[in-house]
Order: sequence, then C-alpha cells, then structure tokens
Amino acid sequence: MSVKQSDFKNAIFDAGLPVPNGLCNPDGAPAQKRFSVYRNNVAVSLSEALEVTFPVVRTLVGDEFFKAMAGVFLRQHAPSSPVLMRYGAQMPAFLDSFEPVAHLGYLPDVARIELALTRSYHAADTMPIDPQVLQSIAPDDLLLARLHLAPSVHLIRSNWPAASLYHANSTPNATPPVMQAEDVLITRPEYDPAVTALPAGGGAFVAALLIGTPLGEALKTASAASDDFDFTTVLGLLLAGGALIKVEEHQKG
Amino acid sequence: MLDTNLAKFETLPNRPGVGYKPQHFADIMEDAGAVEWLEVHAENYMGDGGRPLAQLRHLAEQFPISVHGVGLSIGGNDPLDVDHLKRLKHLCDWLNPASFSEHLAWSTHDGAYLNDLIALPYTEATVSSVADHVAQVQDVLGRKMLLENPSSYLAFAESTLSEVDFLAEVVKRTGCGLLLDINNVFISANNLKIGAIDYIDAFPLEHVGEFHLGGHDEDVDDAGEVLLIDSHGREVVDPVWALFDYTLGKSGPRPTLIEWDANVPPWPELAAEATRATQILDKVTS
Repeated sequence: MSVKQSDFKNAIFDAGLPVPNGLCNPDGAPAQKRFSVYRNNVAVSLSEALEVTFPVVRTLVGDEFFKAMAGVFLRQHAPSSPVLMRYGAQMPAFLDSFEPVAHLGYLPDVARIELALTRSYHAADTMPIDPQVLQSIAPDDLLLARLHLAPSVHLIRSNWPAASLYHANSTPNATPPVMQAEDVLITRPEYDPAVTALPAGGGAFVAALLIGTPLGEALKTASAASDDFDFTTVLGLLLAGGALIKVEEHQKG
Repeated sequence: MLDTNLAKFETLPNRPGVGYKPQHFADIMEDAGAVEWLEVHAENYMGDGGRPLAQLRHLAEQFPISVHGVGLSIGGNDPLDVDHLKRLKHLCDWLNPASFSEHLAWSTHDGAYLNDLIALPYTEATVSSVADHVAQVQDVLGRKMLLENPSSYLAFAESTLSEVDFLAEVVKRTGCGLLLDINNVFISANNLKIGAIDYIDAFPLEHVGEFHLGGHDEDVDDAGEVLLIDSHGREVVDPVWALFDYTLGKSGPRPTLIEWDANVPPWPELAAEATRATQILDKVTS
C-alpha cells in the first residue's frame, strides 16, 4: 500500500499514467482530481519559470504555443536543482530539434541570448578597470597582456540577426532586423545586462579575449576575421559595459 | 561573495513581516508601514552577485530577515542534495538571518526537481527519515530550523500518525522549531475533513517560532466537494484571520508573515494585510 515517490513523480509528469494506489479522497475513495492538483502545480510553475527566462522566445512563438512547447520541454528536461534561475540550459538544443519550430532557425540563438542574460544578471559583482590603466602600460607590453572580462560578459555568435531580433521583440520602436549574421555581446553595467550587436571582427576579438588570448594576438585574429575591424569601437563597448576587470601583464622571464 | 557579517538582528520580532518581492524594494526602503521584518525564498538568492544579493544586503541592514527554503525536499525518500545544502549554508553564513525555515514536504526525486511542495505519508518510517534530514540540515547550517506544516489535497491510506503527532515527534527527536502556517491548516482541514480548531488545540504551540498567513483558491473535487488550493495569490480570507486570532489567544504573539507570491499586489495592498495582522497581535501583546 506504500506509495513510491517515483510512481508519484512519474504520474505527475505523465497524465496518461494512473494515480498511484493508496492516495485517497477523505472518504477513502481513490484520489483522481485531487492528484491532478499536483500535475497542474508542477506543469504551471515550471512553465512560468521558463516564461521568466525566455520572454522574447515566448513573444516570437506566441503565448499559447509557448505554453504547449514548455509542457513538452519540462517533461523532457525537469530541473536538476531547485535553483530555477539556472533552469532551461537545454532550451537552445531543444529548439534546434523541435520540429514545430524548425522554420524559425533563429529561435535557438534568441534563447541563447536570454539564457546569457539570466546568467549575467546573477553573475558575481566585479570592479571595472579605470581606462587610464590601458594608457599607463607601454604599447609593446599591452600587446602581450591579457585583458580579463567580467563573469557577466557573454558572447553569442549567431548566423542570424539575433541581437536585432531580440531588440525588435523586446523594445518599442527598435530598428527592424536586417538578414545578416550578428555577434552578440552581453555586458552588465552595474545590475542590468545589455544586449549589443558587435561591429565587424568584434565577435572574433571578444571570443579570443574570453579564452585568455593576449591582446596582440586577439587583434590579429579580429583583423583576419574582418578588414573592417575597429579596435577603438569594440574597446569602447567593452569599457562602457564595465566588461574589462583586469589587465594581466606578461611575466618577463 | 559580498562583505560578510550582516549579523544585525538575532531574532524575528513578534510582529508582522511579509514575503519580499523585488518590485517592492523602493516602497519598503521609503516606508515599510506595519512591516517589521522580511522573508526571502532562499533559492532566489543563490546566484553569485548582481541586484538580488545587493538588494538583500540593503534590506538586511534595516530589517530582520527570515530565510525560507523551498527546495530541500526534507520529506523526500532520497538523501538530501548535499550541493543544495552547501548553497544554503553559503547564503546563511553570509546573511546570518534571524530565522531559517523549510517545509514538511518533498519536491525532488531521482534528480528531478518538481517545484511544488508535495505531501508525504505519516508513518514510523517517514518520521525517522524526516527527523534524520532535519538533524542533518541543523548540523550543516549550525543553526536551529523551523519546519512548516504543509497544505494537503489528498490522504495517504498508509498513514498511521496524525500530522500534529508527526511534527511533535520530529521536534522531540531533533530539537527543531515549527512554523505554523494557519492558511495551510485551514486548507488541509477543509480538504481532508478534519477540524481546524482540533488541529490547533493539539498543536505543540510552545515550539512555534513563526506563523504564516496567505491566500488560497477554491475548486471542487470529483465528488463535488470544495477543494482549497494553496495559491498565495490573493488576500487572506476572514476565516483564516479568525483561526489566526484563535491560535494567538492560545500561543501569545509570534512573528507573523503575510505570503503573497502570485498576482503580487502593489505595496499598499500588501502592507494593509500586515496592518491587519498588527491589530490581532496587539490584542494579545497588551
């Protein structure tokens, strides 16, 4: 007669399974609708958690569709911890293979932006460098130095205009997207993460910094990626976003 | 994380508090009204930094804080999630809250977190398992915890103990305190057809460190019986206030929390619920 929590859990996620034996109404009759309170609470609360993390994906597919899709997602990917700010990491991969949204090729990248925004929002607080520091280092030494980026910084390299789509569906009067690839930078000046489409070569540059490449090599990588790479503009974006937190000078042997 | 040692308030006052919602931050800092302390859900403050922790640090400078966990799954058959317990310890060590509480319920099984507080049967086996879990939590956190009575929608045929006897036994074995949710008593009494007054009369009120008051919704079961749902999405109803009044008459004043987690109202509406709690607390304080 003992109700197993595994049966309870499985029946919550699969309404086709019978309510476990031993769960009763107050008159002793087997519980039916009373069990569905749990089915409903779990599905609705996890779906709402996904809505909080993916508001723009929801706008792009519509409220009703999102709820139905969230129902499929949460049954395949229940949260692995009670810290729901980290829930939904599998959403981009899920969207990549979810047939009903196959025609919306940009959707996984928009989901990647939204995941990065949540991670950025909860990332550790850091102190940005004073831009003067960059001028105080001799140019040759600066080229050998590594620029450390804040833990709130993320980069999404998209084959779609993902940043423009994000803005167009979250900000009134945003510029309509133009069909082009975009490298998307997430920074967090103080507490509110911001989404920026990087100019040409910027994605290659930030990607190089993120893996600890010295500045000189990162500049070469960026220039190789695009003739139009402009260091000053990208540096300005990083400084404005409070993204540079340390200049680690090369240790001379 | 942030600067340590926020140990300003050692206990919750026997006054009203509310469940903190970030949209009320500015209102609370300007004029908290009758609200004298705040409760936060632990799991919302387990990031590494950013606005949530910055706000919490500001609030903790002015108000006693209660940390209320919703994800430990103390009533689960599985061992407690030690990673989650570490996160709780990290938060409590930093914040040094005036109180820590969790639920008599389960929410995680086989690595899947269900984000709901699910009831468990009350048997000799489950009382041992819950007591072990509570003892483990108190041991890791290095502090006494309060265990909250759940809201029930259905009964377990295998139960051999009443909920009150179950809770009293856990207190006896672990030295934990209790968090008595008056709204949950009202909901469970209706849903399981037991007497709410009988429940309160049997409850070991001397171990209650905090009361919860919240709103619920109404539905019906397959037999057409009224089924109350613990939604925290509206004001506290009059019969719950009356049950609170009755309970306070027996227990004396205790820290009393208004919970409003869904359809969160503008601050004045929530503060008005705290004012109403003050009026009842004042009757038994004087």
